[in-house]
Amino acid sequence: MNLIVERERGLLELEKRIAELREANAAQSLDLSSEIRALEEKYSQIQREIFGSMTPWQKVHMARHPNRPTASDYIAEFTQFDELHGDRHFRDDHAIVGGFGKLGERAVMIIAQQRGRDTKENLRRNFGMPSPEGYRKVQRLAHLASHLGLPVVTFVDTKGADPGIGSEERAQSEAIAACLYEFTIARVPIVATVIGEGGSGGALALSIADRIIMLENSYYSVASPEGCAAILWSDASKAEEAATRLKLTAQDLLQFGIADEIVPEPTGGAHRDPAGTISRVLKNITDALGELASLPAAELKEARYQKYRRIGAWQTERLETVKTGP
Amino acid sequence: MPDWLPRRRAKNEQAEDAATWSKCPKCSEVLYRRDLAANLWVCPRCGHHFRMSAIDRINITVDGDFKEIGAEVLPGDPLEWVDKKKYAAKLAGDREKSQLSEAVICGTGKIGGFETAIGVMDFHFRGGTMGTVVGERIAMLLERARELRLPCVIFTASGGARMEEGMLALMQLAKTTAAVARYREDGNFLVTVLTDPTTGGVSASFAFQADVIAAEPKAMIGFAGRRVIEQTIRQKLPDQFQTAEFLLEKGHIDMVVPRPDLKAMLTRLLDYAAAGRAWTAAS
Repeated sequence: MNLIVERERGLLELEKRIAELREANAAQSLDLSSEIRALEEKYSQIQREIFGSMTPWQKVHMARHPNRPTASDYIAEFTQFDELHGDRHFRDDHAIVGGFGKLGERAVMIIAQQRGRDTKENLRRNFGMPSPEGYRKVQRLAHLASHLGLPVVTFVDTKGADPGIGSEERAQSEAIAACLYEFTIARVPIVATVIGEGGSGGALALSIADRIIMLENSYYSVASPEGCAAILWSDASKAEEAATRLKLTAQDLLQFGIADEIVPEPTGGAHRDPAGTISRVLKNITDALGELASLPAAELKEARYQKYRRIGAWQTERLETVKTGP
Repeated sequence: MPDWLPRRRAKNEQAEDAATWSKCPKCSEVLYRRDLAANLWVCPRCGHHFRMSAIDRINITVDGDFKEIGAEVLPGDPLEWVDKKKYAAKLAGDREKSQLSEAVICGTGKIGGFETAIGVMDFHFRGGTMGTVVGERIAMLLERARELRLPCVIFTASGGARMEEGMLALMQLAKTTAAVARYREDGNFLVTVLTDPTTGGVSASFAFQADVIAAEPKAMIGFAGRRVIEQTIRQKLPDQFQTAEFLLEKGHIDMVVPRPDLKAMLTRLLDYAAAGRAWTAAS
């Protein structure tokens, strides 16, 4: 069960009552404005309590909210989109959506992870978990973009790469490794936006980028909190603690220098104002592309190399505890 | 020769005295450790390939000298990680147990007469997981190899990205990829030898970005771990699934090479690359 869905249930009821009262207020000559005001005050108080300072675990749930805007909602706001299909080898993976598009006037290549809104669509989209053929489509489109000189705009939203038998049989590792490689050598600007879940290597495959934008309540993690808890604690119920310790929020990643910017969401999450959220995200992508467009390809690639070359934390002094011999 | 190698050898002999016998996990044969070592850690009875320490691997692969690269890069604890244990304590325990400072040793040395950049991962240190230090040392290795125009051979053994370092560990996939790409795009030759096990973040980055990919017999290789897949599909997987032989049949890797033949095979591969390089230089 999604924590946020549970918590916002009361709020949605209040919202409905306020709307009803408003309607009654307008229709009849009764003055209900003081009741409405009281309810509205209560509403914003609860809203502050619930969403005022969200824990990492709550943010993980917000990122998974069933009503959260998905990649196709963002793509719909591009001025143009012409989808390209398939990996040329095996199948068209519906967990990946990609193709030519225009953001404002600028021609781009769009590559996105697409989860479903309902069970039926989720089955078709494999819950947004790409298979190797999906990653091979990603690789193909990134290569095409680099070949043509079009910037790449990606939307990241996956629990992770598909962990099934078929995916292993068709070399999931190689497919992801090839995406990482393709994005690394691309001579065009790449802007990645984490709109929901950033699940491990399966998300990284779309986000080796010159600019990484994260939504305020998105997360990006080396492993799912549940997976991490199962492996390191041998106890899946430690997922909440794992979520805190993993430092997976947009705010954490900004501090690590992995995320470059955060797009704020309305109180209660992106799904409370999809249009506003989407237009803010597209504005940031447009600005980033504008800045990156002026860089020569060699400089762009060098900057990208240095960015990833630097990431990490280590020490260089000899530790006393390291004994290399008797 | 750097001083750590002979000292490690002395240490290894001591350790061997302490644990004289080993039991083969496959056929349960009890083996005298010195015989096992002489047989390259391959069970003489059933052919099972034991997981090797990085030191032993270097000793059976490199002709003589081995100049280490990146030994000064040591793990930090960026997340101040604690689960059932502190990350710092786990690292200290692994250092003690494995006599290694991290899960990979990198350096240069000769294989069959060919000067080569060599990286060797060790499963005995944090399950060979890739944190910052593994990523950093592999990147340093590839950068040095590019500078010196050396071929590069990396032996992988890894459970994936190191969770205790969070996203900084995941970013090492990007770092090693960047280094591999720069190295290869310059016309250099990368070989990976996948040993048991090679999964997760390492298989999804440099392990599968090589020009030639070899694997040891029966090595477990894949993206998702066996347990994760079994939980997802709610059924037992066949024994052969994700083995080196399975991957060979599916076309994911170039060859499965038994350990006793491995050095000779690497030498032949390095010879082909050298021939290609000579032609490129002449033309």
